[in-house]
Amino acid sequence: MKDKVAIVGMGCSKFGERWDMGLSDLIIEAAYEGYADAGIEPGQIDAVFYSNGTTGALAATPIADALKLKNIPILRNENYCCSGHIALIEACMAVASGAYKTVLAIGAEKLKDTGFAGLGAGRGISTVMEARRTAPGSFALIGTRYFEENGISYDEGKRLLANIAVKNHANGMLSPKAHFHKEITVEDVLKAPIIATPLGLFDCCGNSDGAACAIITSAENARSFRDDPIWVKGFGISMDAGLPHLRPDFGWTSFDALKVSSGKAYEMAGIKNPREEIDVAEVHDCFTVTEMLIYEDFGFSARGRARDDIDSGFFERTGGLPVNVDGGLKCFGHPVGASGIRMTYEIYKQLQGRTDNPERQLKGVARGLSHTFGGPPQLSAVLIAGNEKG
Amino acid sequence: MQPIGITSIGVHIPYYYMQRNTIAAAWGARGLKGCRSVANVDEDAVTMAVEAIRDAGADTLGGGIQALYFASTTAPYAEKSHAAIVARACSLPETVFTMDLASSLKAGTGALRMALDAAIARPGTNTVVVAADCRDAAPKSPQEQLFGDAAAAVTIGDESPIAVIDHMSGNTREIVDVWRNAGERHINTAEPRFVTDCGYKSAMQAAISSFLEETHSSAADYARLVISTSDLREHLAVSKKLGFSPEQVQDPLMLEIGCSGTAQVFVALAAALETASPGDRILVANYGNGADVFSLTVTDAICRCPRRSRMRDLLASRRELAEYGRLLSFRGTIEPAAGEPFRLTISTAMTWRDQGTYLGLEGSVCEECGTAAFPVNRVCHSCGAKDKFTVSPRSRMEPEIFTYSIDRLAGRSDDPVVVQTVAQDESGCRYYLNMTDFNPEEIFVGKKLNFTLRKIHNLGNFVNYYWKFRPLRKAEEKNNEG
Repeated sequence: MKDKVAIVGMGCSKFGERWDMGLSDLIIEAAYEGYADAGIEPGQIDAVFYSNGTTGALAATPIADALKLKNIPILRNENYCCSGHIALIEACMAVASGAYKTVLAIGAEKLKDTGFAGLGAGRGISTVMEARRTAPGSFALIGTRYFEENGISYDEGKRLLANIAVKNHANGMLSPKAHFHKEITVEDVLKAPIIATPLGLFDCCGNSDGAACAIITSAENARSFRDDPIWVKGFGISMDAGLPHLRPDFGWTSFDALKVSSGKAYEMAGIKNPREEIDVAEVHDCFTVTEMLIYEDFGFSARGRARDDIDSGFFERTGGLPVNVDGGLKCFGHPVGASGIRMTYEIYKQLQGRTDNPERQLKGVARGLSHTFGGPPQLSAVLIAGNEKG
Repeated sequence: MQPIGITSIGVHIPYYYMQRNTIAAAWGARGLKGCRSVANVDEDAVTMAVEAIRDAGADTLGGGIQALYFASTTAPYAEKSHAAIVARACSLPETVFTMDLASSLKAGTGALRMALDAAIARPGTNTVVVAADCRDAAPKSPQEQLFGDAAAAVTIGDESPIAVIDHMSGNTREIVDVWRNAGERHINTAEPRFVTDCGYKSAMQAAISSFLEETHSSAADYARLVISTSDLREHLAVSKKLGFSPEQVQDPLMLEIGCSGTAQVFVALAAALETASPGDRILVANYGNGADVFSLTVTDAICRCPRRSRMRDLLASRRELAEYGRLLSFRGTIEPAAGEPFRLTISTAMTWRDQGTYLGLEGSVCEECGTAAFPVNRVCHSCGAKDKFTVSPRSRMEPEIFTYSIDRLAGRSDDPVVVQTVAQDESGCRYYLNMTDFNPEEIFVGKKLNFTLRKIHNLGNFVNYYWKFRPLRKAEEKNNEG
């Protein structure tokens, strides 16, 4: 699949509490930026891959309604927080197969209309078995175990994670479209109310409204759209059991889904040493602890040594491998179905050298990775892109 | 015929208690002495009954139990068997005879009499009688301070009883003294002196006097009098009148627990048996529109009973509930700000189909590779064998915390802290449950846990029960050492 398809246009709405905007408005905001970026008319879209989790059993009609696209396939997927990435990867595979020439992948979510501040309690698979479960509580299970196994005290662990929050907030300050613009200190993170031990308020990402899109075409067509298409180098998706919690020997400090999805993407992209060969990464920082775990499962840090890289600033904007340079889910926001495409949007702009704030633009980036991790958690999707055809 | 008696006894005292002064202070009133037990928000008569039966060890007798009587005045359903839920949660065989007894505070001792009759009529019959109550009194009423929540279970049979039942009799008196109309939440009481003099005292004295006459015995023949009471002193007045000294009267634990309805007399009996010696005779009297009276002779088997001094440890390993508002909201007297609604669907069919998981806490052990799993795994985690397993109830395991999170977002507005817990038992089986009855400061990786059946929610307009973890209490830790 390496270099078979290219991204020739992308769009991203402003993320945040978009009380004055409906789902349709967000879809239109992202899609028309994408159309303009690719320089195409809506009529040139052969198929749409739509990701969305919260609008119920409406199939993909919100896309047809908002964008007046009809008589073409519009396929919807819901895969927790990986929905956006999976829509994007489905779009790539559909173009690579030759079934369609140019397709739109679009993710949109209107979380703020649900009336809940968070993603909510009482979600899950069984009515009584998983009652009173929240996303922070579920991901926090990683933290308690990670600290235990690595001999990190609760206070040390809190401080370690705080560095990730501080980094992502500093990056978010430089992202005009991000939900949150607030500089914070380690002390701010430590003082914040606890949501689910060891995670406090600043360890958790924002719940936002937003939409993002990508226009994908085949390698042969790419340069007819633009001079600087971004090439899809590799991807990987891995699903695990809904409740790894119940599996004997499941360790909580590493997830097969993370290792397998990144491993497949590296293999496809021909990457041997991700720490050296990836120039920028957008990873699923739904919680600070998740980002820390991903450093290790993705091979960015040696096993059990994420701490050293956090302390040395390796993942900061000026470090060896900048991670979540747009603020991440933490500050850019997390409208579930849109996130995977938004993260790829940042990689796309970084690789083109066209980010919306020159202060955020990294120098000399050739290969970037975007990633989402979904479910309670068990589902991971990775996409690697580059700015040169190999 | 083998002598018939109590073969085991167990109690459940909720983890929470409230100082009576706390209640009084909320009303600017004078508090009574002591404290009362308070059922947690996820407890009711059914869950407390299960705890008591497990404490008595009756669930591990399995096929040894032929009948289960559930006695309560505060059972959650007006129509539906509670005994059936309790029997399923205790993994009793499907052939067990079950019956609910309700409406009267004598329901528990009434059930005991039926159990005794059954054992006489059909030698070898083992019955578990469980009594559990969470009675509600109107806010600011004296009963609000006096009531407490508890459950107790006794097994009746002829297999080496710890106390042989010698004789049982009683009376029935019609009187409107304490009552609750159908659909009402709170107890009504008539004028206090009338209630005491014409109700409790009159019936108790008559029943106990008749009992002593029938058995040609006198107060002096009994090491202990176990007697129910609805306030701090009535029982002492009755005992004195019948010739019992204050030393003979078993402390009904009014200062620690309160009046726990149908359970009260059994809870006090459990306490009495903890300090009893072989040969002691104990007289038990219970009131409720008349009185039930029976006597026991303690046997040598008492020395092999593991419950010595458990009550003290149970009472010592509780936690104070300091907020009066939570007492009201736990019982539904007031509705606090709504928490987030559950976004899950409910189905009576699913609840029925999955009762092995929900009530039985059943897991599986793979016949190919021995991997233990919860819930039942049709395809083995380890070796992939399909449908090759034996079903294995897990509720008696004592797993240890593998990882956890103290979640302050997930709970109800009146009970906001939820401990999401992953734990592992000694067979390597993993569980993922919420925790209850915990002190957040005493939770750590490796902490030992028990399983406890609790109310999860009322989705579908029926009670959804499932198991939670709870940290071992002092008495249980001690049992492990022993």
